[in-house]
Order: sequence, then structure tokens, then C-alpha cells
Amino acid sequence: MRNAYLFLALFFSQQAMAESVNTLLKKYELLAKQENAAFVGFAADKGERFFHAERLHSDGKNVSCATCHTADPRKPGKTRANKVIEAMAISVNPQRFSDEAKVEKWFGRNCKDVLERACTAQEKGDFIAYLLSIK
Amino acid sequence: MKKWLQFLVLITSISATSALLASGGFSDNSQQAMPAVANAKWKTECSGCHMLYHPGLLPERSWHKMMAGLDKHFGENASLDDASRDEIARFLALNSADKQDNRRSNRINQSIPAAATPLRISETRYFTSKHDEIAASTFKRKSIGSAANCVACHQAAEKGDFSESQIRIPR
Ligand code: HEC
Ligand code: HEC
Ligand code: HEC
Repeated sequence: MRNAYLFLALFFSQQAMAESVNTLLKKYELLAKQENAAFVGFAADKGERFFHAERLHSDGKNVSCATCHTADPRKPGKTRANKVIEAMAISVNPQRFSDEAKVEKWFGRNCKDVLERACTAQEKGDFIAYLLSIK
Repeated sequence: MKKWLQFLVLITSISATSALLASGGFSDNSQQAMPAVANAKWKTECSGCHMLYHPGLLPERSWHKMMAGLDKHFGENASLDDASRDEIARFLALNSADKQDNRRSNRINQSIPAAATPLRISETRYFTSKHDEIAASTFKRKSIGSAANCVACHQAAEKGDFSESQIRIPR
């Protein structure tokens, strides 16, 4: 019986997580439509390219999202100050993309650090679609 | 089998909690150690990219300057919303090296010239004098990264405990 409760609790918390990722994607979708009337949807393969794309930063170094989050999002990454970053793939780390304020804070910082501009809603949605697609 | 696993997890978490509680204060020589401090915002916002630096490691003017320039924080963007930034800035100021009365904070504070406002603990004279026997190449080891990563060698650094019994240099 206890096991059944435990299972149910686990099941519902994972459902709730999935729920919040989808709500977030819906929000980015609305924004993406405002940015671009020809918006057709988010694509995991575009997100994958975005994740790995290296860009020459004005400080002279090559950077990408993979610089800190590693080339394999199922694996933990590392910050410049040598601290471990938990995996980004949602299948490995269900906490990801469950807290909108946190997501927006880090998109805000990391897009400016890597691209030297804010990310578009299209880029954010593609990025999440990619991390959702990894099994 | 599953039941056993649950039991094991329970026991492990109970003993981990009691160990934490037991070590919750600070170690033996209390006027030397920095006091335990807590602020939830500081803990989440200032530990994402590196270890949590105890506020007693820098004087108030240093924290003030750092918190005013988070968008360009050691080459990274660590900006916060205004409310979080102000709350953390107040907390850091209140517990800063010049507001503390423990030997470590006093020494750090005394090693900084009045006209200087260092942003790095690792560049204060107190720090360099304590680490002058450590080669630059040691700090650059993959397991360490830089002098800023205190916790790589000082296991209890996040609690402000730098006592010699808590030092182990990783390979
Ligand atoms: C300089 C290192 C660094 C780079 C480069 C970087 N990130 Fe991050 N990122 C971090 C850290 C540190 C965190 C927060 C740590 C944590 O939550 O475990 C984080 C967290 C995030 C999160 C929050 C996810 C969540 O819900 O927990 C998002 C979104 C994100 N990064 C997007 C990006 C994107 C997009 C790029 C590339 C344009 C990128 N990051 C490049 C260091 C980096
Ligand atoms: C986006 C990532 C990021 C966040 C968030 C962040 N920092 Fe940093 N911080 C860094 C980097 C990178 C360094 C340089 C580390 C190095 O030299 O190895 C650094 C260095 C420091 C140092 C100097 C350490 C030394 O003695 O050399 C202090 C102090 C510091 N940070 C305090 C803070 C505080 C307080 C906060 C919260 C308001 C904060 N940091 C949030 C990235 C970050
Ligand atoms: C490469 C490993 C390493 C790193 C990284 C490191 N330390 Fe140390 N630290 C040591 C060693 C070893 C000693 C002992 C030196 C001795 O006794 O001669 C020491 C001594 C100290 C002492 C004096 C302890 C005492 O009671 O005399 C303080 C305080 C201290 N470190 C603070 C820091 C801070 C703050 C940082 C991060 C900004 C840091 N250390 C980073 C290795 C390190």
C-alpha cells in the first residue's frame, strides 16, 4: 500500500513537472508569434544547432551554450569557476524548466554572455524543445 | 527489496540530517571561526556559478561595489532583479568583515589598505600571505581551477571554516 502511495506521489510530481514545461512553451509560443507572424513552431533540431553553435565573443574567445553545459546535455557541465552544473536534459534532470523565473533569469544572463544580445522567444522555445527531446 | 531500499534512503537521510545538526554551529575555536550566517536569497543566487563566499571574507565597501556591478561580474553577467539584489547587498553588508568580530575577518580587514576596495578575497594581502607556499600551477589543476575555488582545498569553506584540520589539496 505504501508503495502505491509513493508511486502515485512520484507519478503526479512528474506530471506536474511536465505540465510546467508545457505551460512555459505555450508562453514562448505566444511571444514568438508576436515576434514573427510567420512563426510555425519550435523544432528540436534547430535547438540542437543553437545549443552547439560556437560564436566568437568580443573578448576573443569562442563560446557556445555547450561551453558550460557540455556537448552532451545528459551529462553535468561546469562553470568557469569550476562548479558542477547539473545536467540540462529534462529526462535526466526533471527540475529543469520547472521554475519560470529561474529559466528567464538564466536565459537573460547566458544569452548576453554567449550571444551578446537577448535570445528571441523562437530560440528559447527551440532550446527547450531540444532538451525535452533527449531521452 | 524495494522496501529495503526505501528504508535505507530514510536512514541515510536521518543520519545525514543529524550529522548536519551536530556540526551546525562552528568548530572548536569559536572566536577564530566566522559565525554561521544565513539568507535564503544569498544562498541560491550566489552559489550558482561558484561556492558560497562567507560575507565575513570582505569588507562592506567591497560587497557594496560588487553588488553595484553584477552585470559585469568577473567577465560574466550575474545580474539580479532589484529586490533580490538589495536584500543580498544588505545581508552582505551587515555580516561583512568590518562588521564582524572574529580573528579571521579582523585579519582580512587589517590587510586591506583603507584606500583599496578589492573585489577578490584571493587578491587580499591576507590571502596571499597565507598561500605563498602554494605554486600557481597547483591552483590551475583541473580539480581546482583557480585560487577563487577555496572549497576545493578547504572542505568547510562555505561555512567560513578555514582551519588547518579541514584542508586537503586535491591532485
Ligand atoms: C558561462 C557558463 C554558461 C554558459 C556559456 C551557458 N550557461 Fe546556461 N547556465 C549556467 C549556469 C551556472 C546555470 C545555473 C546552474 C543550475 O541551475 O544548475 C545555467 C542555467 C541555465 C538555464 C536554466 C535552466 C533551468 O530551468 O534550471 C537555462 C535556460 C540556460 N542556462 C540556458 C543557456 C543557453 C541558452 C546558453 C547558450 C546561449 C547557456 N545557457 C550558456 C552557465 C552557463
Ligand atoms: C553567472 C555566474 C556567477 C554568479 C551568479 C555569481 N558569480 Fe561570483 N564569480 C563568478 C566568476 C566567473 C568569478 C571568477 C572566478 C574565478 O576567478 O575562478 C566570480 C568570483 C567571485 C568572487 C571573487 C572570488 C575570489 O576571491 O577570487 C566573489 C567574492 C564573488 N564572485 C561573489 C559573488 C556573489 C556575492 C554573488 C551573488 C550576488 C555571485 N558571486 C554570483 C561568477 C558568478
Ligand atoms: C590549492 C588549495 C587551496 C585553495 C584553492 C585555497 N586555499 Fe586557503 N589554504 C590552503 C593551504 C594548504 C593552507 C595552509 C597553509 C599553511 O598552513 O601554511 C591554506 C590556508 C588558508 C587560511 C589560513 C588558515 C589558518 O588558520 O592559518 C585561510 C584563512 C585560507 N586558506 C583561506 C582561503 C580562501 C578564502 C580561499 C579562496 C578564496 C582559499 N583559502 C583557497 C590551500 C588552499
